[in-house]
Amino acid sequence: MPSPADLVSIPFAAWVNLFVRDWLVPNFRPFFRSMQWPITQVLNGLSGFLNAVPMPVFAVALALIAWRTAGRGVALFTLVALSFIDMIGLWPETMTTLAMVVTAVLFCVVIGIPLGVAAARSDIVRAILRPVLDIMQTIPSFVYLVPIVMLFGVGVVPGIIATIIFALPPIIRLTDLGIRTVREDLTEAAEAFGATPWQMLVEVQFPLAMRTVMAGLNQTLMLALSMVVIAALIGAGGLGLTVFTGLGRLDVGNATAGGVGIVLIAIVLDRISQALGERRAPRAPTLMRTMRSLLSLRGAGGGTNEEEDPKRRKGV
Amino acid sequence: MKTKITGNNLYKIFGGDAAEAVALLRAGRTKDEIFAATGQTVGVHDVSFSVAEGEIFVVMGLSGSGKSTLVRMINGLIRPSAGEILIDGIDVAACSGEALRRVRREKVAMVFQHFALFPHKTVAQNVSFGLKIRGVGKAERRARAHAALEQVGLAARADSYPDELSGGMQQRVGLARGLASGPEVLLMDEPFSALDPLIRGDMQQELLELQRRLKKTIVFITHDLTEALTLGNTIAIMRNGAMVQTGTAQEIVGAPADDYVAAFTRDIDRSLVFTAASVAEAPEALDIGAVDAEGALARMEALGLDAIHVVEDGRLAGILTWRAAHAALRAGTPLGEAVLRDVPAAPPQARLFDLYPLASAGLPIALGDGKGGLAGVVRPQAVFARLSRKDAREKV
Repeated sequence: MPSPADLVSIPFAAWVNLFVRDWLVPNFRPFFRSMQWPITQVLNGLSGFLNAVPMPVFAVALALIAWRTAGRGVALFTLVALSFIDMIGLWPETMTTLAMVVTAVLFCVVIGIPLGVAAARSDIVRAILRPVLDIMQTIPSFVYLVPIVMLFGVGVVPGIIATIIFALPPIIRLTDLGIRTVREDLTEAAEAFGATPWQMLVEVQFPLAMRTVMAGLNQTLMLALSMVVIAALIGAGGLGLTVFTGLGRLDVGNATAGGVGIVLIAIVLDRISQALGERRAPRAPTLMRTMRSLLSLRGAGGGTNEEEDPKRRKGV
Repeated sequence: MKTKITGNNLYKIFGGDAAEAVALLRAGRTKDEIFAATGQTVGVHDVSFSVAEGEIFVVMGLSGSGKSTLVRMINGLIRPSAGEILIDGIDVAACSGEALRRVRREKVAMVFQHFALFPHKTVAQNVSFGLKIRGVGKAERRARAHAALEQVGLAARADSYPDELSGGMQQRVGLARGLASGPEVLLMDEPFSALDPLIRGDMQQELLELQRRLKKTIVFITHDLTEALTLGNTIAIMRNGAMVQTGTAQEIVGAPADDYVAAFTRDIDRSLVFTAASVAEAPEALDIGAVDAEGALARMEALGLDAIHVVEDGRLAGILTWRAAHAALRAGTPLGEAVLRDVPAAPPQARLFDLYPLASAGLPIALGDGKGGLAGVVRPQAVFARLSRKDAREKV
């Protein structure tokens, strides 16, 4: 059978090599290297902090956060899950992974929300961003590890950069969507009272888009968590490394332990970030009420708060 | 009265190149022809109007008549394709974004059909939104929001969220939000349409009550002619983007410009629209000091009246029926004793509805001139003649 390859053969791989190796890397390596600096700073700070905090303190703190946002069920689960991770001996790896995920998500928020706002405001920006986001989401995650290594080298920070690229699209898309779906009569009302575009964004659009933005944040968080594991391939540490080495040595036990750690941390982060999105910010319980409801759980009294709480937290 | 808002030859074309469609419209083509030819929709077609300071100007029309587009032109939410809109001499249709924002912040507030309250803000925060946008400090915002809520009777709900209030309450908040920034002009886009009829009636009366005190210039949009007639000092009726008729309630109902308007006015309770003055006749009165019974009878014969009002020193003194005058003539008693001192009387601006009980006496109703004199006379027959529709020949 004749095929197009008989007529012309395109040395595509060679062209890409030429472009990346002989042009991009020599010319832009210092630029890409300097991009690592802010990420390194944030990561080192976070990682140092998380590894310095004693396990029980951290577990209780996260459980408290879970309590305030997602209710007592999730708080209880957080305590149990973190204790389990500690008991199977993966606490330091988990903290490293957490530091990497939080760093990646932080940068996703800082980059993604302004881009989402810009896309919501301008159809041109949106038209440019859309194909870029589509590409980012469809390229298999392993594929961009190669250029990342070429440009940034190996290690934790390049792993986080890969994670940022992988996890960025949902927060951009959902910020865009959230702002575009704010009820038109509300933006019209704000305009009728003479709001500037910035006032419109801060007073009306963003607060009303908050639920959708938080859903985007939740997605970004989950994607970041899955990518951080894959990033172990290029030298990022943490739970991913545990799984990866377990895989290499056909050590089912260790690989499974790392996997379970990732799943547990994923469930906790997912529940908390989802609850953050569903909560209505102005009606969040005050510290006093939370303390009172804490007491009412332990003691017999304080029925009034208990009656209100499930209503506010329905759907969580 | 001073003119506050003027619209001159306004057009609004949706979609595509407006200039072409405007040219076609000016050449006399209809809305449908233009849609067929260019695919463009005509929103507003050559509308001119003027709103006097302190009046309620009601724009009435069915959905798609362009009334909502028209009201949005006044605060620049929609820019006209051609024409000008002047508020105190500033052309809103042509001014810069910054100047337009200033007009919106300081001069013109708006109340919306579906309230458009911000669900993430409390009632007080909603009401003070315009002030916040303008950069007013927190304490003053709170104070002015409370004052505005006080006016609509909702001060107690300042810290509730909009979804905790009923529809009527929400629109009161919408109204308070409009009033809080102290605008000179209030645009109301079908503000009461989403409310049930009883609440709507209450809100209309409340608006009139507020307006008596505040004397804002109000442009009020509605699809309900009864509401238009209740509220409007001037009423403009729109159809297919054009203004078909502009006038007072009595002018619209008494002399509809075309069949379209006539069809609307058919089911209106005319007794609530027309005033006593609209059916009044020139006052004929006897000066009791100057005539005797014979003269009085002769005068009534000449005018074809059964009864005639009597004045004494220029003031309304009573009414003399033909029968009483005749009796006085035969008995030879003084004419003054035959005069009924208890006269049915009403002010000229009283509605026909208010004349029903007076008309039941069967005597002509005296319209006072406010100084004890007689400004006009309403015969009971005239009240009923006015209520029947087929009397376009009568003066309005």
